[in-house]
Amino acid sequence: MKDNGSRSKAPGASTPAVTTGDSQPAASPRVPKPLVRIRGLTYRRGSLVVFEDLDLDIQRGAVTAVMGPSGTGKTTLLKLITGQLRPDAGSIEVDGLNIQGLDKPQLFKLRRRMGMLFQSNALLTDLSVFDNVAYPLREHTDLSPSMLRKVVLLKLEAVGLRGARDLMPSALSGGMARRAALARAIALDPMMILYDEPFTGQDPISMGVLIALIRHLNDAAGLTSIVVSHDVRETASIADYLYVISQGRIIAQGSPAEVEADDSEWVRQFMGGLPDGPVHFHYPGPPLAQDLLRRSAA
Amino acid sequence: MLVDSIAALGRGVLDSLTRLGRGHLLLADILRGSGEIFRHPRLLGEQIVNIGVLSLLIVGVSGLFVGMVLALQGYYVLNQFGAEESLGVMVAASLVRELGPVVTALLVAGRAGSALTAEIGLMKATEQLSGLEMMAVDPVRRVLTPRFYGGVLAMPMLAAIFSAVGILGGYFVGVGLLGVDDGAFWSQMQAKIDFAEDVVNGVIKSLAFGIVVTWIALFQGYDSVPTSIGVSRSTTRSVVHAALVVLGLDFVLTALMFGD
Repeated sequence: MKDNGSRSKAPGASTPAVTTGDSQPAASPRVPKPLVRIRGLTYRRGSLVVFEDLDLDIQRGAVTAVMGPSGTGKTTLLKLITGQLRPDAGSIEVDGLNIQGLDKPQLFKLRRRMGMLFQSNALLTDLSVFDNVAYPLREHTDLSPSMLRKVVLLKLEAVGLRGARDLMPSALSGGMARRAALARAIALDPMMILYDEPFTGQDPISMGVLIALIRHLNDAAGLTSIVVSHDVRETASIADYLYVISQGRIIAQGSPAEVEADDSEWVRQFMGGLPDGPVHFHYPGPPLAQDLLRRSAA
Repeated sequence: MLVDSIAALGRGVLDSLTRLGRGHLLLADILRGSGEIFRHPRLLGEQIVNIGVLSLLIVGVSGLFVGMVLALQGYYVLNQFGAEESLGVMVAASLVRELGPVVTALLVAGRAGSALTAEIGLMKATEQLSGLEMMAVDPVRRVLTPRFYGGVLAMPMLAAIFSAVGILGGYFVGVGLLGVDDGAFWSQMQAKIDFAEDVVNGVIKSLAFGIVVTWIALFQGYDSVPTSIGVSRSTTRSVVHAALVVLGLDFVLTALMFGD
């Protein structure tokens, strides 16, 4: 385990060679420059503190998983990295660019190099599978129709849906829709893909296919992958590095084996799926007897 | 208790003002993206079909019956003064100046406006708008702007059709059933209806209604809470707000156009 304190440091965060005085991270001969570098991130939603002074790095070429129970802000973290939300404090750099400092055209230019697989797939429901995958290519490239068709078919072949290209999203199963969305996410050959709960609601076969695809696409295309999930075993099986977050902080990080061996009570509860522990089974409330005996109009 | 009520009132006012501000910012964003309809005219054409062509039936049938009722009611009043030959003028003026633009706007708000709100709200709830943003496509320009101009352009055409069909309905009842003179019906209409004052002002009204109805529908969808109940409430608000704004705006425009 790297750290299990109240505020965890990302790998390389404490290495002096990683940062310089200016906003651009300096190259280090020993520590590769991370693709995503988050420092001192604080994000609040109303009175709720989602993240507090969070440091996190995503290394290039790796599959990095961010895990934690539902409601800990995993999806929010992805939205912050992609600039869909703005932090209250701290900095988020993607490929050396400070996300908060980008105007809309610059942000859109950066997003062309990022793919995102949404939990709901976010397929355009009035377009076929083919047209969904072709959409970003038509928007951002000048490919001829025949070349565009070939590229789309190759992307669909990569996820095993070439034969389903004429189907509408409403005709797809959950697993097929997830793969179609994945094909669209890789259409522009991004440098990074962000997966938001990719395994939720998948049957064992679809889950196995997705696990293999995430790892295979990352290695074959030289991508960087961020997988946000609370499916412990599946995520740990393909991740190179794990972050476990809870209550706005990193409570554990390291390789899957390191996190698995962590002996903190919280991590053991989460990794083992135990019903009670530091995260209580019961939502906080008055004692049951007191509640039952209280006279109430309700 | 009193302090709580005042605080709640203050929060409500602040929330309303905030929403109003967001609505105007969205409208500014839509207008800034106007060039999109020239780059992708097909998107505009699709929306004119969705909002305009698909509303033709309800607008046409409503116009027919409104014109027929106008002729019936007008005939019984005018007949008392021996002025039934003026029935054509009365029907045409009522339709072109007021009922055409207003009733068409209310019908479009109910049929197309609610559909726009639900469509945009569902696109938000299913993360399709976020998906577009992540594909570096601006959803306001790509999704909202063509719909806005589709609604703005369709409204005057629908109002013109409403008025034309209404006049035919009035003609059918007045001349065909009640025996008003055919020549008097048309000639008085031709002589008394002024193109600039009546027709153009009616078109200006329907353009204004097109702007507010489509804007409200798009904003309610774009600003909806991305849940089933949130989209449902936004759809209801879209129709209610559009109807109230159309009726209020009609009074203001009528006072400006026809007041002394």
